[in-house]
Amino acid sequence: MSVSDLMNAPATAARDGEVRAQEAGRDESKVTAAVVTIARPAQELYDFWRDFSNLAQVMENIERIDVQDRNRSTWAVKAPGGRSVQWESVVTEDQPGELLAWQSVEGSEIRNSGRVEFHDVPGRGTVVRAVIAYDPPGGVIAQLAAKLFQREPALQARRDLRRFKQFMETGEISTSARTRAEATDLPTAA
Amino acid sequence: MRALTWHGKHDVRMETVDDPEIINPRDAIIKLTSTAICGSDLHLYDGFIPTMKSGDVLGHEFMGEVVETGSRSTLRKGQRVVVPFTISCGSCYFCQKHQYSCCDNSNPADNQDISEFGYGNRMAGLFGYSHMTGGYAGGQAEYVRVPYSDVGPIVVPDGIDDDKVLFLSDILPTGWMAAENADIEPGDTVAVWGCGPVGLFAIQSAMLMGANRIIAIDHFPHRLELAAKFGAETINFQDVKVYDALMEMTGGIGPDAVIDSVGLEAHGLFVDNVVDQIKVSTFLGTDRIHALRQVILACRKGGKVSVPAVYGGFVDKFPMGAFMEKGLTMKTGQTHVQHYTQALLAAILDDKVDTTFLISHRLPLENAPEGYKLFHDHQNETTKIVLKPGLEKIQVEMPA
Repeated sequence: MSVSDLMNAPATAARDGEVRAQEAGRDESKVTAAVVTIARPAQELYDFWRDFSNLAQVMENIERIDVQDRNRSTWAVKAPGGRSVQWESVVTEDQPGELLAWQSVEGSEIRNSGRVEFHDVPGRGTVVRAVIAYDPPGGVIAQLAAKLFQREPALQARRDLRRFKQFMETGEISTSARTRAEATDLPTAA
Repeated sequence: MRALTWHGKHDVRMETVDDPEIINPRDAIIKLTSTAICGSDLHLYDGFIPTMKSGDVLGHEFMGEVVETGSRSTLRKGQRVVVPFTISCGSCYFCQKHQYSCCDNSNPADNQDISEFGYGNRMAGLFGYSHMTGGYAGGQAEYVRVPYSDVGPIVVPDGIDDDKVLFLSDILPTGWMAAENADIEPGDTVAVWGCGPVGLFAIQSAMLMGANRIIAIDHFPHRLELAAKFGAETINFQDVKVYDALMEMTGGIGPDAVIDSVGLEAHGLFVDNVVDQIKVSTFLGTDRIHALRQVILACRKGGKVSVPAVYGGFVDKFPMGAFMEKGLTMKTGQTHVQHYTQALLAAILDDKVDTTFLISHRLPLENAPEGYKLFHDHQNETTKIVLKPGLEKIQVEMPA
């Protein structure tokens, strides 16, 4: 199945669980897709994403991404119970300005993969579609706990894409905090 | 700082809370000089708006002096500004189209789920108006943090009274947009339900837009008097049947354009309203729409319906048949304040719009809880309350 076929059969539609799983090469229950339209050119958005170290600025549960070389990076992610998990990620597909896919290396504590597509839409900017798949740390129970702490993958992906949009469109990430102490997690805080 | 905080139905208090700080580069901190209580604050006071949290600072009609700016704010310390109640980023698709109250970005990412679930789309952030619209602290306080300060606040010249420009923050643009949404054509008769601040500004705006006749509907005599001062004919719904009166006044046609500035807490002892109240209190419905039903039934065939009034949830017995069969058009929405502020400031400076007539009370901010009670319990006498920070608390007389 090609990418253009997938655009005709959106991964977020309920009937397409199978498509999502196939696309991510994973069990469908752990795959999530999210889509957002951003009023910036596709190339600019791709360029931001292509430097993975930028993602910590928009993704709430990522502590840090260290880039080793153009295709390899180490991700440190906040996990339930105050834990932190790390893994190494490698780029598996790269079409400049259009598509980027990555996957954790064999033997990672959290097996995961991601894929993000950038589609130019004249007059609107770029439709960004992300498909994220991962086996949560500690299996199903931990996933439940993660949900309680709002680190559940579907929720997280949706919110991270909104923050990506806010950052690319406005240069900052919206917060209703009144004081800096209340906004400690905010990467763009002055 | 001192601030008015919400704690539940009919429970608002003055408390000392943390001062706001610059957080993002486009922020500014405003020291407030005037801040009003809005009719829509009464919906919060009555507990009709979901997703409020104890301790939330209320207030979305305010102005003051810039005291601190972020690195990307275009404001300068010492400037006097009026702040729109809608928080808008200025750069998303919607802001670019001047649909500022539809801003895609001003509601924090984690909060957008609430409105996406409830309304199907994320709503813009608003000051002091529940967590569905962002959970931003409002301006019934000494200071407020204003995000995207390069887009929202309008700088006003020194030497012009707060009272004249304060309502650029909400009700003046809201009344103006209400009239604009009625697509008034020369010769039109416009009927306005509700002569609160928004209705009264809609009447003034409709006059300026060339309405031939304006008919104002309310049950508070004082509010009807104010409407008459701006040239409206009046209907007191306690004295006559509104539909019959409107038909008689329009030769059996009905008004060409109708404006609902009443909203989800319609008053009046009508069968449908009583049934709505029972449904609201038993959670079978959320909003009482007596006024909106009357608006749609009275409007002429092919006419225009403008709804500036606030609705929050689901309505029951909406006259969809009348709406469809008569071929009506409805326009509504939270106000795109930033789209109107410049032109309306000019209209105020040219004395084309009168804003100060509305203010019935000026109170110290410290008296805000009494202000809410006064506005809620005595709507005939109380048309608008402006609060002033930094003054000593006084004794407030309640009308008999």
